[in-house]
Amino acid sequence: MSSTFETVAGIISETCDIPREKITPASHAIDDLGIDSLAFLDIAFAVDKAFGIKLPLEQWTQEVNEGKAPAEQYFVLENLCARIDGLVAAKTA
Amino acid sequence: MRLEYFEMIDTVTLFDAAGQRIVCNATVPQASPVFEGHFPGHPLVPGVLLTETMAQASGYLVLGLNRLSQMPFLMAVDKARFRTFVEPGAVLVIEAAITVEGSGYAATKASITADGKPVCDAELRFRLMPFPAELGELMRQRTSAIGLVAGAASS
Repeated sequence: MSSTFETVAGIISETCDIPREKITPASHAIDDLGIDSLAFLDIAFAVDKAFGIKLPLEQWTQEVNEGKAPAEQYFVLENLCARIDGLVAAKTA
Repeated sequence: MRLEYFEMIDTVTLFDAAGQRIVCNATVPQASPVFEGHFPGHPLVPGVLLTETMAQASGYLVLGLNRLSQMPFLMAVDKARFRTFVEPGAVLVIEAAITVEGSGYAATKASITADGKPVCDAELRFRLMPFPAELGELMRQRTSAIGLVAGAASS
């Protein structure tokens, strides 16, 4: 989890030009860090490449828009990292 | 090519669905209002229009693969390099291949050659969005006009 967070935080910092020290596991990508949907696609591209996975962004967005899931579930970084770990584990299983 | 109308691709010569790759042709017109400014007395295709040409080839590749279910909009241009000048009358071969097929986006690597020599290349990314209603029929007509539908059917 911590190494996943370090990688994700580094990606966000570099992609969105956000100081690394502002990014914490409790940060909400949208509400706290001000990342918009286009910038999040940039992050997803870098995350997909770094971890060899495919973040199901369209599915997540649809679930949030339809009220089936709270945005925090996907866009708070510790939750995002847990999902990344899950996708990596599913890939290697 | 009709530069001033942003119709950059003349024909799709290869659509390889399995290999996620496309090859297109385009002939630069002898005359265009674009050349009046770029540059007076020394006409050259602007690099930004060569980038658009690579983006359109990539976009048609995405459209062919998703069967016009989502519209690709250019969102990033990385590592663009322009290696030689392109003058009126040049015959261009544009190639593009998918490098990453993400959720809500696609990435391609694209290049243009003329007479077998490299003209430019870039890595491009596209945001995939629901088809705007007013664009659906237009894109169907355009993809049909450049042979993408026939190309897709034959691959």
